[in-house]
Amino acid sequence: MADIQHLKDLVTQVRRDIVRQVHAVSSGHPGGSLGCAEFIVALYHEIMDHNPDFNMDGHNEDLFFLSNGHISPVFYSVLAHAGYFPKEELSTFRKLNSRLQGHPTTHEGLPGVRIASGSLGQGMSVGIGAALSKKLNGDDKTVFTLHGDGELQEGQIWESAMYASANHVDNLIATIDVNGQQIDGSTDSVLALGDLRKKFEAFGWEVLTINKGNDMEAVVSGVKEAISLTRKRKPVCILLHTTMGHGVDFMMGSHEWHGIAPNDEQLAEALKQNPETIGDY
Amino acid sequence: MKTYTNTGNKDTRSGFGAGLEELGKTNENVVALCADLTGSLKMNAFADAHPDRFFQVGIAEANMMGIAAGMTIGGKIPFTGTFANFSTGRVYDQIRQSIAYSDKNVKICASHSGLTLGEDGATHQILEDLGLMKMLPGMTVINTCDYNQTKAATLAIADHHGPVYLRFGRPKVANFTPENGDFQIGKAVHLQEGTDVTIVATGHLVWEALEAAKALNEKGISAEVINIHTIKPLDEEAIVASVKKTGCIVTAEEHNYLGGLGESVARTLAQHHPTPQEFVATQDTFGESGTPEQLLEKYGLNAANIVAKAEQVINRK
Repeated sequence: MADIQHLKDLVTQVRRDIVRQVHAVSSGHPGGSLGCAEFIVALYHEIMDHNPDFNMDGHNEDLFFLSNGHISPVFYSVLAHAGYFPKEELSTFRKLNSRLQGHPTTHEGLPGVRIASGSLGQGMSVGIGAALSKKLNGDDKTVFTLHGDGELQEGQIWESAMYASANHVDNLIATIDVNGQQIDGSTDSVLALGDLRKKFEAFGWEVLTINKGNDMEAVVSGVKEAISLTRKRKPVCILLHTTMGHGVDFMMGSHEWHGIAPNDEQLAEALKQNPETIGDY
Repeated sequence: MKTYTNTGNKDTRSGFGAGLEELGKTNENVVALCADLTGSLKMNAFADAHPDRFFQVGIAEANMMGIAAGMTIGGKIPFTGTFANFSTGRVYDQIRQSIAYSDKNVKICASHSGLTLGEDGATHQILEDLGLMKMLPGMTVINTCDYNQTKAATLAIADHHGPVYLRFGRPKVANFTPENGDFQIGKAVHLQEGTDVTIVATGHLVWEALEAAKALNEKGISAEVINIHTIKPLDEEAIVASVKKTGCIVTAEEHNYLGGLGESVARTLAQHHPTPQEFVATQDTFGESGTPEQLLEKYGLNAANIVAKAEQVINRK
């Protein structure tokens, strides 16, 4: 395992990058981005076998698909620190002529992105397709997808969940960011999701819960356990419990910070709570 | 006039099935997905010969489009199969984001398009699909006219890198283009040379256009007939060159006059060579139940109406 402190330092740096990107253009989605920082850092810096010298087909690499594309700030920051593109490019986030579009896209050729996402509910299907392609190619690597919990309200998710178990897509790990928040309020108040474990189990998935989704040790060990459950004829689901806005106290646990940017004072406060570690862009 | 022989009525969807079967043997990257319409799409031969490369997704078209997009990552060339309505309107956003905007090499193959689906009625008779698909940046849109051309197009799109919408149909119709003919995406096919009026047709109405040209010839009117199998990219050069000679044009398609081939032709001509044009197409309506022949007659999608429109447009010159 990589030095745990190094992973934590990366997470702190990623959190700085998130709030700075969003602040610079007064738009974007900091809440979910901050909450998923541990998970995506763990994937790219500890878990996945991947090549920053980007190739779309990703033969013999683990692949990651971000289905809830609005948390692009965390994805971009992690990709940059993993070497997919210069971290200075983070300063172009959401600006005209940037490869870092508001929601991730392959269209502008940003290394590390394999599918456009933003319109919700599509990434599990895409992950299944990539996983099937790997099986056909005799490629034994794993496909990871990440979804918001609110995203599970989209019907396509359940089409794909049904397909994956019926067809034993067991080289797929779909992670649900269970933060209990969506744009209009809590998931309970908007459209209650019910018992997600029972739902995925009823759909034929192996389900694993990570209760401390903002604790790096818990995330790394949980995802490694999930990998040990793959290739047993069932797709694997991780219910990753996180706090929206984690790491910035005034953003934590509220849907209010789903899609708004901090002002100058709020940025200063957020950065104070997350001191520079690896180096700002 | 050139003479075209119908070698026997065949359905265009069987041309697709035959093309897919051949691709199964010749291109190991070709995979096929179907949403519970394997028999209707004539995908059985591929499915039987290559069970490892055939994916039955059930009645879940959105998931099918997403899986197809994902399978391109790793080098596969997915062909999706379902009815035209479920290949487009039902899954427009999935196609838009996961396939078109993501530049994925997916071939969306759509049967039972237009009125000639027949008795199932308007819920299944999409007349808006060409418009939907041609508006997507980067999407190639093809509507083939007979069995042979559909088979040739199926083979051709496997070698074309990028998303394609291939539209064909249910009924048995005249099969008259050459067997194992060449299919060049984006290239118009001149079927008759003429001087008085240009008839540009696509899909099932190409044969009707040939029949109309014969009837016009008997009236002393020389019609040029062009088969536009590729709606996008449109062979603008061929169309403009033809109307420079004839001075007027009729477009014919099994589609709404809004958004279809006719509109693409009108835009081209407005820009390059304004020309009187008449439209043989449905007039912003839904379809209904009936036999294909009854429906084509009721909605004016046949040789008789092409003749009438040709005479009208000649009078506007």
